[in-house]
Amino acid sequence: MTSSNEALAQTASSADAASDSTEESGAARGAQGRGTPPSDTSWRSRLYRWDMKASPYAFIAPFFIIFGAFSLVPLLYTAWYSLHNVQLSSLDSQTWAGLKNYTNLFDSEFFWNALGNTFTIGVISTVPQLIVAIWLAHMLNYRLRGSIVWRVVMLTPYATSVAAATLVFVLLFSPDNGMINWALDLVGIDPVNWRESDWGSQLAVSSIVIWRWTGYNALIYLAAMQAIPADLYESAALDGANRWQQFRHVTVPMLRPTILFTVVVSTIGATQLFGEPLLFGGVSGTKGGSQHQYQTLGLYMYDQGWINGNLGKAAAIAWSMFLILLVIAAINLLITRRLRKAQ
Amino acid sequence: MTTISDVTPGRLAKEGAGPPTRRRIMGAGKQLHAGPITYVSLALFGVISLAPLLWTVIAASRTNARLAQTPPPFWFGGNLFKNLDTAWNQAGMGSAMFNTILVASCITVGTVLFSTLAGFAFAKLKFRFSSTLLLMTIGTMMIPPQLAVVPLYLWMSDLGWANQLQTVILPTLVSAFGTFFMRQYLVQALPTELIEAARVDGASSLRVVWHVVFPAARPAMAVLGLLTFVMAWNDFLWPIIALNQENPTVQVALNALGTGYIPDDSVIMAGALLGTLPLLVAFLLFGKQIVGGIMQGAVKG
Repeated sequence: MTSSNEALAQTASSADAASDSTEESGAARGAQGRGTPPSDTSWRSRLYRWDMKASPYAFIAPFFIIFGAFSLVPLLYTAWYSLHNVQLSSLDSQTWAGLKNYTNLFDSEFFWNALGNTFTIGVISTVPQLIVAIWLAHMLNYRLRGSIVWRVVMLTPYATSVAAATLVFVLLFSPDNGMINWALDLVGIDPVNWRESDWGSQLAVSSIVIWRWTGYNALIYLAAMQAIPADLYESAALDGANRWQQFRHVTVPMLRPTILFTVVVSTIGATQLFGEPLLFGGVSGTKGGSQHQYQTLGLYMYDQGWINGNLGKAAAIAWSMFLILLVIAAINLLITRRLRKAQ
Repeated sequence: MTTISDVTPGRLAKEGAGPPTRRRIMGAGKQLHAGPITYVSLALFGVISLAPLLWTVIAASRTNARLAQTPPPFWFGGNLFKNLDTAWNQAGMGSAMFNTILVASCITVGTVLFSTLAGFAFAKLKFRFSSTLLLMTIGTMMIPPQLAVVPLYLWMSDLGWANQLQTVILPTLVSAFGTFFMRQYLVQALPTELIEAARVDGASSLRVVWHVVFPAARPAMAVLGLLTFVMAWNDFLWPIIALNQENPTVQVALNALGTGYIPDDSVIMAGALLGTLPLLVAFLLFGKQIVGGIMQGAVKG
């Protein structure tokens, strides 16, 4: 398995590689346009040439048409609707509202609360998850008996549906008779109110995310670890580095692009967190708990749009989320540049 | 470059069994054997991964009254089939599962087909703006689904498509990730000479796709199909907005269950079990390929 070791993280560079490779193969195929068409008749050769020119566009057309119609155009329309007053009860009367939806949003404590929750849940679900995933990948990278079985087992949570996993965790975290509090009681710790307490409920929601995604990320790290040339370890061992030092000075630096990639993907996932908190809350799901303690931005948008029936405001929330993601992406790009320079 | 077919059964199964002297491409990292501490730690992780699922089955086989007692049950009761029956019929999990299988299958077929076509064009064909368009495709992976749902909902209402399955199928019929995934695979798995040769023989583009591209792409198509099926099965936001309890997907039905539709924890667990069972079965059958696919997608870039 080759690794340009530039995991998708550096999409920019992989796109450069992309254009390079098309140019290369283009050069290799330079003859293509001037290939020898089966020219028994001129219209056939014309047809053939037309086929050569048009077919690439025909192949990418389905993707761009469907994607454009159902993602790109709606994206712009969402911006349009966010400047209008659109109510679920009267969909047809859309009146111009200017920036009112946005000013309402920024005046609302629930928006800032949701933003804060999205951030904290994002951090406590991503950071431990990725650290554990690296450790897990490191262990899976040893020569194991039945290595494939281990990998499949670690990935099982990923194949569990979000709703099913959440419903199970709701029961496990039940404050009165749940497995978790029962186990805490065994070791002499007071029961935690996983539903109502701020950090308790956020931790419980995060644990669902951690459970479902740790194995998945471990496999991504494992793939990157296996692409690290063995002689790096050999020379480190010759220099007298013990296992921990090898891990610290060979494995981790070589994984850097992959770590960046998983951080980006997890961040995108964290900003969109919706299903887990919704179902964790049960009846008060869209509120994210009685005190909105785990109402994320995605949940807040659904709550405002389809429970309170204010679609214009929901559109404004969606665009705010997008802007936040773009800011994160920009920061990420800066960090990547820095790292590259540092190398 | 290992191809997916290399990663699937034969190769990985042999891993860890080959002679230590052989420099394998996969797992070339370290040749160290795992010690007992590693096995114990892995076993612990394995238990954490599987225990919630096992406990789902235990809880689904009990009664609501038993689940309300402490300590919670640690072994199976005799109520499993009764609860499954209640979930299947009264909570509508039966029809929800058929709906979801239909939806996820359509999305999978569409995504695999369109991703292969577009991936092939990006990997092997020369056309204007190809690198720009590819960059755009990668960039769109960042767009959260939340950004489309308000207009989609309004259009759906205009069309009178509320609560119909095509509403949740159409928007997810293509995938930027899938397109990129197929491109990365075909760049190295599809020899340009093969296409050239077919061209010289005067084959039309469609013939080239059918006789050259599809056979070469088959392993990656299988993996992308599995990954897409899992993603489609778990799709949450848009189905919850577009569908209601009359005609739900599994996630929508489970959401209704979780919000007190049937206030019985053991039935809810039975529903959760049903709602994830097809995925787990697919996973048991094709776990290796899915593992290979995820590792495959990770390293290429």
